[in-house]
Amino acid sequence: MTDFTYTILIPLVPLAVFIFVGLTGHKMKPIVSGLIGTAGLAFAAVLAYITAFNYFWIGHTAGTGYTSIKAFEISWLHLTEHLTIKLGSLIDPISVMMLVVITTVSLMVHIYSIGYMKGERGYHRFFAFLSLFSFSMLGLVLATNIFQMYIFWELVGVSSFLLIGFYYEKPSAVAASKKAFIVTRFADLGFLIGILMLSFNTNTFDFQTLVSPTGPAITQAGGAAFMGLSVLSWSLIFIFMGGAGKSAMFPLHIWLPDAMEGPTPVSALIHAATMVVAGVYLVARLFPVYALGAPDALHVVAWVGGISSLFAAVIACTQTDIKRVLAYSTMSQIGYMMLALGVSGFGGHEGLGFMASNFHLFTHAMFKALLFLGAGAVIHAVHSNDMSGMGNLRKYLPVTHATFLIACITIAGIPPLSGFFSKDEILVAAFEGNKALFFIEYAVAGLTAFYMFRLYYSIFWGKETHYHHTPHEAPLVMTIPLMILAFGSIFAGFLPFHNLVTSDGLPFETPTEWSIAIPSVLIALLGIGVATFMYRKVTGVPDKIAGAFSHLYKWSYHKFYMDEVYLFVTKKVIFNLISRPVAWFDRHVVDGTMNGIAGITQFASVKIKGFQSGRVQQYAFVFVTGAIALVLIFVYLW
Amino acid sequence: MTGTIPLMYFLVISTLMFFIGIYGFLTRRNLITMLMSIELILNSVNINFVAFNKYLYPQHLSGHFFSLIVIAVAAAEAAVAIAIIINIYRNFKSIDVDKVDQMRY
Repeated sequence: MTDFTYTILIPLVPLAVFIFVGLTGHKMKPIVSGLIGTAGLAFAAVLAYITAFNYFWIGHTAGTGYTSIKAFEISWLHLTEHLTIKLGSLIDPISVMMLVVITTVSLMVHIYSIGYMKGERGYHRFFAFLSLFSFSMLGLVLATNIFQMYIFWELVGVSSFLLIGFYYEKPSAVAASKKAFIVTRFADLGFLIGILMLSFNTNTFDFQTLVSPTGPAITQAGGAAFMGLSVLSWSLIFIFMGGAGKSAMFPLHIWLPDAMEGPTPVSALIHAATMVVAGVYLVARLFPVYALGAPDALHVVAWVGGISSLFAAVIACTQTDIKRVLAYSTMSQIGYMMLALGVSGFGGHEGLGFMASNFHLFTHAMFKALLFLGAGAVIHAVHSNDMSGMGNLRKYLPVTHATFLIACITIAGIPPLSGFFSKDEILVAAFEGNKALFFIEYAVAGLTAFYMFRLYYSIFWGKETHYHHTPHEAPLVMTIPLMILAFGSIFAGFLPFHNLVTSDGLPFETPTEWSIAIPSVLIALLGIGVATFMYRKVTGVPDKIAGAFSHLYKWSYHKFYMDEVYLFVTKKVIFNLISRPVAWFDRHVVDGTMNGIAGITQFASVKIKGFQSGRVQQYAFVFVTGAIALVLIFVYLW
Repeated sequence: MTGTIPLMYFLVISTLMFFIGIYGFLTRRNLITMLMSIELILNSVNINFVAFNKYLYPQHLSGHFFSLIVIAVAAAEAAVAIAIIINIYRNFKSIDVDKVDQMRY
């Protein structure tokens, strides 16, 4: 076995960069801080590639499957004899895959940001936060135990909060960052409850022990039941709640569209490619427990994923802010991944969904980062997010146009680009697992193709628009990452994922199911065709259709009023029925007790303060009287 | 000669001096007079020390030494007290204790 101790450097280098740039960045030229951040990430990326190469090809003997290796571990907090919190790095197929995804996308985003953020105030702050995020995310995927994961999970949330609120002078950005933090924090409450329930029943935080098929989590799965589900199922559902919050699954998705207030490279890195898939990673990490111990919890995962993907795809069709379209598309694609995990079984061909989910995670990271960075280049050129103010940009932005088109084709699932392969595996898994979800996903595939090409045509084709100044192509430092990611989007589909990342570590065969693949491609082509018909040239067709389905259109345009529902629940229900009584209790009972004690003391001291008259002889008299009284008591009464 | 005067006489004298001192301390308004009353109290204690030492433990000298210490302390205390009284006089233009009642609530 190869020694993987060096993997701890992968998160530690960005941490060092964060501390260094964060503390000394304001003293250096902005470009220097950007270069330091990029260099740190490049180092981490190289290490990640070496790790992947060593793990998948060098240290592996054919036919034995991939095992998980605990490369490094220290006791961080030794609380009691039975409760120790450890930190370390765990190397197994999904963590290695995530290392590659995170460092690649993060490196691309770093390079891109050097150009995109040029001239912004707080340039070094931006790079420091990016490094902090990379550190947290890498620590999260390398976690050896669920508590370490929770720590980094929160760190990821904090860095997301900091980066969404990067333009902290803009009230909408501040509101969005708070919303993202509070919603995900609320979901993390469920995660924490789940961790505590799971660890209480199994006496361990350690992933290797938890997921072992002979371990306490799975063998003791029966146990006590509550409302028809075992304790294990409940704890896993709670853990999934944390994952759903981070991954913006319905109904905890409301923060993701607003998170687009952050700078576009941040959206690409955090809210498209890496952080939002943390929930998928969490479920994948605990997958054997879900699959073998608590299939009920897995059904919840599948349905939440399926509903989210449909819900988000419908909303994405009517939004006009290009980043919001991409945000809902992200939510929809993550729904796909969750669904694939949810319908999957464990081991061999049964574990197809597991493999498909990770495959899609990988390809999605490439093309979604590409889409966001392309959108960033467009925004950079026209200084607006609103696609109704765009059109006919293809001649001004040739590189962006080409890469964006590649990404759109990829996400639509047209062979032989990578999105086709991963989406096809998911559809096959859904077909074998759950027919209802399978048809939902067919519909979503069509919608995805439609709204992506609606976006594409609205930006790059359509009407000639007048801009403040002639739009210009982004500088090389921004277009090179686009090209690299486009390359990844095209060819990532040829990676032999079914040999590398499987639920039990053993390779299996995945023949292409043409009976499923061909209809899905046809549906995607149909979606593209409709979008072409409606949006390639300026026509009245979109408005007519919107008028014909005016109710559906309105609901979709207003995101099914989810924000309003949340506002109603928080402002009207929670504030009035819970917060108000609690505040009353605090003000009157808790504070009242304290104020009462203080009041009594004050009252007593006012009453007796006359004793301190300033007259020495009065004091002496009292003293002598007391002394004599004591003498009399001691002499005569004792 | 000591054999002819019983211990009780000394105790009566010292008690009288003690209470005269207390009375003076509590009733006189002049700070100097109050200081003198304190000296009376201290001296009554000295008499007690010496008398008890002489009558009860003639072979020891502790009582004598203790009264010597008291005399020394009394001298120091008188010096400090008079310095304080002078300062009070400078501030209040009076050494009447009733007028010096600013140290109150």
